[in-house]
Amino acid sequence: MKKKLGTLAAVGAVALLAAGCGEAPEASTGAGSGSGTSAASDVKACMVSDAGGFDDQSFNQSGKEGLDAAVAELGIQEQTTQSSSEADFAPNIAALVQQNCNLVVAVGFLLADATGSAADANPDTQFALIDSTVEPARSNVKPLLFDTAQASYLAGYVAAGTSKTGTVATYGGIQIPSVTIFMDGFADGVAKYNEDNGTSVKLLGWDKATQQGSFTGNFDDIGAGQNTTQNFIQQGADIILPVAGPVGNGTLAAANAANAAGGDVKVVWVDSDGYNTVKESDRPLILTSVVKEIGASVQDAVKSEVDGSFSSEPYVGTLENGGVSLAPFHDNDANVPQAVKDGVSKLQQDVVDGTITVQSQSTP
Amino acid sequence: MSTPTPGPQVPPGGSPGAPGSSGAPAPSSTTSPDAPGRAAAWLSDARQSTWLVLVLAVLSAFVLGGLLIAVTDQATRDASGYFFARPQDALSAGWTAATDAYGAMLRGAVFDPQARSTTAAFRPITETLVVASPLIAAGLAVALAFRAGLFNIGAQGQLIVGAMLAGLVGFRLDLPLVVHLPLAVLAGVVGGALWGGIVGLLRARTGAHEVIVTIMLNYVAVYLLAYALTTPGFQREGSSNPISPPVADSAAFPLLLGPSFRLHLGFLLVLVAAALVWWLLERSTVGFSWRAVGANPAAARTAGMSVSWAFVGVMLASGALAGLAGAVQLLGTERSLSGGIAGQIGFDAITVALLGRSKPLGVVLAGLLFGALRAGGVLMQASTSTPIDIVLVVQSVIVLLIAAPPLVRTVFRLQPRRRAAATTTRSAAA
Repeated sequence: MKKKLGTLAAVGAVALLAAGCGEAPEASTGAGSGSGTSAASDVKACMVSDAGGFDDQSFNQSGKEGLDAAVAELGIQEQTTQSSSEADFAPNIAALVQQNCNLVVAVGFLLADATGSAADANPDTQFALIDSTVEPARSNVKPLLFDTAQASYLAGYVAAGTSKTGTVATYGGIQIPSVTIFMDGFADGVAKYNEDNGTSVKLLGWDKATQQGSFTGNFDDIGAGQNTTQNFIQQGADIILPVAGPVGNGTLAAANAANAAGGDVKVVWVDSDGYNTVKESDRPLILTSVVKEIGASVQDAVKSEVDGSFSSEPYVGTLENGGVSLAPFHDNDANVPQAVKDGVSKLQQDVVDGTITVQSQSTP
Repeated sequence: MSTPTPGPQVPPGGSPGAPGSSGAPAPSSTTSPDAPGRAAAWLSDARQSTWLVLVLAVLSAFVLGGLLIAVTDQATRDASGYFFARPQDALSAGWTAATDAYGAMLRGAVFDPQARSTTAAFRPITETLVVASPLIAAGLAVALAFRAGLFNIGAQGQLIVGAMLAGLVGFRLDLPLVVHLPLAVLAGVVGGALWGGIVGLLRARTGAHEVIVTIMLNYVAVYLLAYALTTPGFQREGSSNPISPPVADSAAFPLLLGPSFRLHLGFLLVLVAAALVWWLLERSTVGFSWRAVGANPAAARTAGMSVSWAFVGVMLASGALAGLAGAVQLLGTERSLSGGIAGQIGFDAITVALLGRSKPLGVVLAGLLFGALRAGGVLMQASTSTPIDIVLVVQSVIVLLIAAPPLVRTVFRLQPRRRAAATTTRSAAA
């Protein structure tokens, strides 16, 4: 044991030696604690995550990326706190206010209460809240909402039109409005395709009328996502929409397994364009994605804080303003029939015009 | 067939166990598996660690955490690139990073002279007490079970059920304060006691090991709560988000220091509970028999004590304390019930109980330390961008060192159960 430790120490020392033999810079850098670039503006934009943390490959991460982009673009200061549980929300927001943040972005509906009371206690600080409004509305809280049903409506239409087996499926992480809104839109899109083309494509995993369906129960159990997806594939589904953040990786695994056994299963990704975020080997699986531009909305909110145009009027991302969208088909472009592509362009136009309204009880 | 997997939909009344198990044929109580075994031996070893070992464990954890802060600090890493050209740069950067972070943690946990107002300067210490309240209550729950030789890993589940019942009374009933608050707290205590009692009953009647049963019941409680929050009975009117309405003002713990501070009456209630637990364990006959069962079940049985009833009683009391933690967290701090109401409290409670050597006063002090870590971690993260995970590392190292008292004794060359080695220790620590 002693010998082993000795070897380890030797290896470590060599590594240190190799790592530490650079040249010292001319001037002593002193002991600055990472002050970063000099700020071009006095504004400080801050963000509190929910319990998922900023590396959740989902909405916390999108929000943080938007904040980072705004900070880089505008040369302002940034401060973030991660919550490890719901008990951290209120203290984290209070701590950021104490750090003289001008704008505090709270990620997720669970922070709504904490944001509301912090807004009351600190009328001079502005807040933005992702995926929720505050009750009652405050003059210093801007809700950032997304009518994702519009984009997933298009995705449902594409899925129904592209499916070879005539069965598509969806499932969610937890049954909350920001998840089920995807599933509602998807269900309507499938129904719309059936109505227009006289087909009877089946949807598994979600019944819009009863609001009942399949959920993994969390946003981190990838195995549950894989099981659920296998179940769908066994029932004949060949296009799956997982609305469960990182759990969608389980769907990719199940799809890969099914395709290796001769199947032809595709996945519709959510939140970001999956083609850009999943592993390269999984890219051919991504038929399209229902994109929710959380990052862009955060970036806009920060900009409005900097140029003084901040208002508490809710931002609602729609197809019209680009806050939600259907991603390109990328590698699967050839697999989507031209008639379906034409149909989607027309639907997109109809939704933007208001000729078609996508209904969901979860619509913000 | 459109719903192949039903998801987290646990039947509402699906609390397993209690009715079925009481009907099961009771094995003769002499065969009930309460042999002390290695686990109990470890428990008694860990519980008898000297204060010195505990203090050293905490200090080592902070030193390790400080090293981590230093090596993950960007300035330190930049300066390490030329460590051999000018080592003082890296060392001073690392030192600054660690002291800045711990300084911020101290300011966030006790007193913040840099705050913008006097109220804000005093807020940290009250925040520590707020965070500590449920930790102490849940820590007492685990400690009480430890003293009777039982591992109650289920404080989390008992806390959740307690919070659910306290919440139901708190936001669905409309009563005057003098009745409403006590009733809501009582509901929480009863909820926790029921959830813990199931475990005690199963252990006493069937011999089902409490570790397995409590862990499983934790899951049941988590999904029961998740299911309840999809039903209109728990949801806010006009919203389908899984979050309950806030509890009525008449069911909320009154704030002790006015609206600028979150410190509430629940903290005092928890201290009373600690005193009660002390009395129960050290002064009452029941407590004596529980401790006897914990020390040696066979001897306790020979002395005429009912080991089975002791298990049931201990788990009822332990669950009640965890339920109290849930009620305190919900009615005092959070006000609304949501899926994450329990956070990590039920698991941190195990560490709190171990660090407190399963003694009420020790648990109160350990709870305050952990409350300070949590509360201070917030400011540490906000002002120095040190990841909050450092707090978790410090906590985990404490657990590791306490769970293995011989390890600490070896590291610091301590003689078992003797304080003579204190001088050696000081030189080793320096």
